[in-house]
Amino acid sequence: MSVRVEDLTRSVTGSKGEKTLLQDVSLDVPNGEFVALVGPSGAGKTTLLRAIAGLDPATSGQIMIDGRAMQGLAPRERNVGFVFQNYALFQHLTVAKNISFGLDVLPRAQRPSRTEIAQKVSDLLQLIRLPDLGSAYPYRLSGGQRQRVALARALARRPGLLLLDEPFGALDPVVRRAVRTWIRSLHEQLGLTTILVTHDQEEALDVADRVVVMQDGRIMQDGNADTLEIRPATPFVMEFLGESLCFAGQISRGWFLADEAHIEPFQVADQEAGPAVAMIRPYEVTLVPEAEGSSLKRTGGRYGMARLLVDLGARSVEILRPEAEMPAVDGTKVNLAISSARLFRDGHLLHGKDPVVSAVTAENIRASEIPAHVLSAN
Amino acid sequence: MLKPVHALRVAWPRPGDPLPGFRFALITTVFWIGLIVALPLTALIIRPWQEGTGAMVAAMQDSRMFAALRISFTTAFLAALLDVPLGIILAWSLVRAHLPGRRVVDALIDLPFAIPTAVTGITLATLYGPQGWLGAPLKYLGISVAYTATGIVVALMFVGLPFIVRSVEPVLREFPPELEEAAGLLGARPWQILTRVALPTLMPAIVSGFGLAFARGIGEYGSVIFIAGNQPFRSEIAPLLIVVRLQEFDYAGATSIAFVLLVASSVCLAGVAWLRRRVARGLIAGADS
Repeated sequence: MSVRVEDLTRSVTGSKGEKTLLQDVSLDVPNGEFVALVGPSGAGKTTLLRAIAGLDPATSGQIMIDGRAMQGLAPRERNVGFVFQNYALFQHLTVAKNISFGLDVLPRAQRPSRTEIAQKVSDLLQLIRLPDLGSAYPYRLSGGQRQRVALARALARRPGLLLLDEPFGALDPVVRRAVRTWIRSLHEQLGLTTILVTHDQEEALDVADRVVVMQDGRIMQDGNADTLEIRPATPFVMEFLGESLCFAGQISRGWFLADEAHIEPFQVADQEAGPAVAMIRPYEVTLVPEAEGSSLKRTGGRYGMARLLVDLGARSVEILRPEAEMPAVDGTKVNLAISSARLFRDGHLLHGKDPVVSAVTAENIRASEIPAHVLSAN
Repeated sequence: MLKPVHALRVAWPRPGDPLPGFRFALITTVFWIGLIVALPLTALIIRPWQEGTGAMVAAMQDSRMFAALRISFTTAFLAALLDVPLGIILAWSLVRAHLPGRRVVDALIDLPFAIPTAVTGITLATLYGPQGWLGAPLKYLGISVAYTATGIVVALMFVGLPFIVRSVEPVLREFPPELEEAAGLLGARPWQILTRVALPTLMPAIVSGFGLAFARGIGEYGSVIFIAGNQPFRSEIAPLLIVVRLQEFDYAGATSIAFVLLVASSVCLAGVAWLRRRVARGLIAGADS
C-alpha cells in the first residue's frame, strides 16, 4: 500500500503551553518501498508513525493510504501492522493466542474457522522461526523472540503496510543485525510497504531504500543513502549520518581557506565568495608533512585505519588514516589536506556543479604555492 | 558438588546483607508472629474440644449456627461480588479520567478503612431505616433494606469497596497504553479491548481485592449489627452469634462457631488464592508452572 502524508502538523497543549510535535510534514511512500525515519529523540519520528496508524490525531494536514483519506478512521479500520517499541504483547495470552488475536476479534461472519486460524498461526510461527513456542507465555521469551512474536501478530491480518517503531531498540547488537536482515527479507518476501523508525542512522542506511531525516518535528532531508552522503541538505544531516569534522572558513576566488591554521586551502570551482563551512568525514583528509604543522597522536584504530588526534591549537580533531601510512607520519608535524568536502553556508548545502568538492588531493599544494591574489583577498 | 555445610549456609542470608542484624530481626519476628498469630489460632483450634467431644458434637448440630454461618458467607460473597464492578469503575476513573475533585474522591475511598465500624453501622442504619433518606423512598417502592439480609450486603459493600479499588488501581496505573493501542490496531472494538485485554490483565488484582473484601465481610461485625436487625435464621451473622453465645456463657457454642468460621474462611481464602494463580497465568512469572 502507498502512503501519502500532506502538510501534517500536530501540536499539543501541555503545561508549558503549545508545543509543535510535527510541522508541515509531507512524505510520499510508494507501494513496496522500505522507508526509515531517523532523527534524534524528540524529532517527531514516532509521532509521525503514530499519526499514520491513527493513534494520534493530527492538528492539520492529511494522510492517505492507498489514495484513501484516513481522516476520522479509527486505527482498526486502517489495516496497518504496527510493532511497538516495547512490543506490547498480551502477557495473559500464549504466543499462539497473541498471534491469532487479530483474527479472533473479527466478527463471526468474517472470522476464519478454528482450523484455518490454527494453520495460519503455525505458518506465522514458522515464518518467525519459533515453531515450538506457540504454547509459551510471552514472559518466557527473550527480547528477540518477543519482537518476532509482535511482528507475527502484526502480520496475521495481512496488512499491506507495516509500521515499526524502534523495533531493534532493546536487542543486543548481534541479534539486532540478524533481525535487521531478516526484516528486510520479510519485507521483500511479503511485498509489504514498510516504514521504520530508528535513531540509529547506520541501521536506517543499511535496511531501507530511502531514509527520511527528521529534526524538531520537520523533515530535513529525504533520500537514499548515496544522496544523503553526497548531498546532505544541512550540517545536521551530515553530522547525524556519521562522524564528521567541521571547518569554518572563507571562499575566495575559487579557493576555500580555513580559518584555522594547519589546514591546507583547496580549490572550489564556481562557488560564490563569502563565509562557508566545510564538512568532511574523518577519512576524507590526507597528511602533508610540514615543519610548522600540528602534532599527531595515535589514539587507536580499527579495520586497518588508525585514529589520529590532530592538535589544531584551539581544538583537536580526530581523523582516520590507513595504518600503512603510520610509520611515515609518526612523530612528524603535518598539515591537513582535505580530499573532499561538502560546503555549507547559512546552514544549507552550497549547490555548485558538484556539491562534494574533490579537493586537490594536492600532491602537496602548499599555501605558498597558492596564487598571491587569493591570499591577499582574505 | 556442594558439601552439606555449604548447602546449609545457603539458607542463611549472605554476609553483607543490607538488612542489619538480619538473624536477630528474623528470630524476633518469628517469635512475635508466633505469640500474636499462631498461639491464639492454636488455642482456637484446641479450646472447643476441651468441654469434651460430646459438647462439641452437640454444638455442631445447632441449626441456628449454620443459618448464621450461611448468612455470613453468602452476604460477604454477594457484597464482594457487587463491589467488583463498582471498584473497577472507581479505580478506572481515578486513574484515567482526570475529573475535577479527583483527589477528594481518592481520599474518600479510604474512609471505610478509617472510621470506626460502629459509626458506619449507625450511619447506614439511619440512612436506610424506614424513615431514613434512602430507606423511606425504598420502602415506598416495596424494598426494605434495613433489618434484612439486604442491609447486611449494603453494609458489607461499604466496608469492602476500598479493597477492590486499592488492589486494582496500582495495576491499572502501570497498565501500558500500548496494549490497548495494539489491540485496537489488530481490529479489536472497544468492548473487545476491555474484555479480552484490559480485564484479563487486571484479573489477578481483581481477585485479590475480591478475596480481601470477602474475608473482611465474613469477619465484619460493627457495621452490620445496627442495620441487620439480627433476627435468628434471617439476618443474624456468625460473629454476632459468637457474642450471643458468650453472653449466654455457652463457651462450647461460641468456640465451635469460631472454629467452623476459621475452617470455612481458610477454605474460601485458599480457593481465592487458587483462583488468583489461575487468572495470573502468564501475567506473574511462575503462576503457570
